[in-house]
Amino acid sequence: MHAVVTEVLAERAHLPGALLPVLHGVQDALGHIPRETVPEIARALNLSRAEVHGVITYYHHFREQPAGRHVLQVCRAESCRAMGGEALHAHARAKLRCSGTQHSSADGAYTVESVYCLGLCASSPAVVLDGRLHARMTPARLDALLAGKSES
Amino acid sequence: MSAVKVFVSCDSAALAVGADEVADAVIAQCAARGLEVELIRNSSRGLFWLEPLVEVATPAGRIGYGPVADDDVPSLLDAGLLRGGAHARCVGLVEELHYLQRQQRLTFARMGITAPLSLTDYEAHGGWTGLHAALAINADSIWQQVLDSGLRGRGGAAFPAGIKWRTVAQAQAEQKYVVCNADEGDSGTFADRMVLEGDPYMLIEGMTIAALATGATQGYVYIRSEYPLAFKVFSEAIRNARAAGFLGPNILGSGKSFALEARLGAGSYVCGEETAMLESLEGKRGIVRAKPPLPALAGLFGKPTVINNVLTFAAVPRIMERGVDFYKSYGVGRSAGTLPFQLAGNIQQGGLVELAFGVTLRELVFGFGGGTASGRPVKAVQVGGPLGSYLPESQWDIPLDYEAYAAIGAGLGHGGLVVHDDTSDLAGLARYAMEFCALESCGKCTPCRIGSTRGVEVIDKIVANCDRLPQVALLRDLCDTMVNGSLCAMGSMTPLPVLSALNHFPEDFGLSHEDHQVT
Ligand SMILES: Cc1cc2nc3c(=O)[nH]c(=O)nc-3n(C[C@H](O)[C@H](O)[C@H](O)COP(=O)(O)O)c2cc1C
Ligand code: SF4
Ligand code: FES
Repeated sequence: MHAVVTEVLAERAHLPGALLPVLHGVQDALGHIPRETVPEIARALNLSRAEVHGVITYYHHFREQPAGRHVLQVCRAESCRAMGGEALHAHARAKLRCSGTQHSSADGAYTVESVYCLGLCASSPAVVLDGRLHARMTPARLDALLAGKSES
Repeated sequence: MSAVKVFVSCDSAALAVGADEVADAVIAQCAARGLEVELIRNSSRGLFWLEPLVEVATPAGRIGYGPVADDDVPSLLDAGLLRGGAHARCVGLVEELHYLQRQQRLTFARMGITAPLSLTDYEAHGGWTGLHAALAINADSIWQQVLDSGLRGRGGAAFPAGIKWRTVAQAQAEQKYVVCNADEGDSGTFADRMVLEGDPYMLIEGMTIAALATGATQGYVYIRSEYPLAFKVFSEAIRNARAAGFLGPNILGSGKSFALEARLGAGSYVCGEETAMLESLEGKRGIVRAKPPLPALAGLFGKPTVINNVLTFAAVPRIMERGVDFYKSYGVGRSAGTLPFQLAGNIQQGGLVELAFGVTLRELVFGFGGGTASGRPVKAVQVGGPLGSYLPESQWDIPLDYEAYAAIGAGLGHGGLVVHDDTSDLAGLARYAMEFCALESCGKCTPCRIGSTRGVEVIDKIVANCDRLPQVALLRDLCDTMVNGSLCAMGSMTPLPVLSALNHFPEDFGLSHEDHQVT
């Protein structure tokens, strides 16, 4: 972990306004931004730990906790709503047994998240599964995609 | 016989419906049959209901097939795909499709035709002529032309681009910046994404012209994190353009310098607001700044900064190439030029329709879009993203221009239209507008931060018929406070979708016509 952070910092700390590029680099490499990395990032960029922490928590994209093995993002914005996106989201949560305010499936294998527009609004509803975009989604097609994941 | 050229798009919206699989199937099937093909991944025409669209070059022009699934490929080849043979999926000559033929593509002229990262294609289709024209005149003449063209910002606020450029040009500073707003957070919009992924050199050209006009030497493009492919493609385009001398310390041997860098956002809608974006670029939380100072005078790192939307910059090369009069011959009144409208939501033929200002919603939704995808009646169209109004049928014949929309208290925003059929619940959508505001508020002003959460609660009470009429009055009051007490449009325009839903569709809130009269 330390090596990753050092490498990202070596590559990006010199950029003007470097914090977001650095955080992206760390999250891309580690899947999330572990708390333990904050002091080193803060020191390198001459910021307080509170400032770094404040930025991590402000932006929806950054995670402090690791996500499940698979990440399903379902678009919740207007265009997808007009095409059954909310039912799709509910279906995904039920299928993956995410209850209450939990974003992870009971077995921890999946994280289900909301996103607000993927720029695929002419082909709504849209989801992202492990970084791959899928549009014109239906509950049945989603089931097939998820079945493909659990086999692999 | 030489290899037949076959085109499949590499736009995200094509990939999301299986374009890679189709491209692979074409290559594999042709190899198995001993057919010689050259498969080219080009940008998308923006005819998204036809994606994945496969086009074949024939002597008569490109013939299209769509939407194609990978398992359609054998039957397409049986039908003589490579000669443009007849097949149920064949749509004929693509350029002659009504949807395309009736458009006025000034900015999106190359879309679906060229390979996004090919500098050869870009140049062969008119690329860099605007930059050459700009290099041949002085800086003041550049911004003067942009001013005279009447070009207004395409990101939502519709401020004249030339005035912004002039302000930055006339500011004295040792460092100035050009920033492109590619945050494209509005639901129903994808035109910026199409430019970043499909015609990136056009944006580089437009931004470089802005740098020449203003004396800026460093530029940033802030791309939302929901668009990782756009970020990747655009970053590569920057590298290619620099290697070829279109960017860097000595642009095309002119002695002028401009460096460009793509930056990734992090999932914050409010970072599309220009001053929040500057904060984010500076490595901070995306909190909106109070104005003044204007970013044009004290913007990024406190220096004079031009900030424009992708489509604003993208319109500039054409203006420089063809001149002010040509550009102004499109549009109506103070809405000059064309707008890439984006047809989305519950629509049969969703896609990109670039037309001069002045077209009506009815023409776009029915003439181009073919009505709803569900086949049910259209109930409402939201124009201009999450801060845009819901328009009922009585407003579908108003010309889409900035002034005509302002007159009905609506806006064009970034040109996105989201169509809803009669099963959509406008009270639910109004609630969502408040919920989204609560989620994305930067937190600086109370009416936006707290008012939006109250708004959700009040709408819930109205719908549940708890004290309904007083709650409706409360909702109006709350919206009034948000309109008047918010620093930016996040708080001050969220009432637009909420109140338009309430005013035009009171029955969805459980209000009878009589109730509605008294509230
Ligand atoms: C909440 C909020 C979100 C915005 N999102 C965007 C956006 O995603 N893209 C954009 O170009 N402008 C957006 N804007 C408008 C920008 O503040 C600004 O007006 C624009 O970038 C200026 O460029 P233009 O003059 O070329 O339109 C947003 C404004 C607000 C208040
Ligand atoms: S209106 Fe909302 S988003 Fe805009 S500055 Fe105020 S709190 Fe921030
Ligand atoms: S609203 Fe879902 S992709 Fe745009």
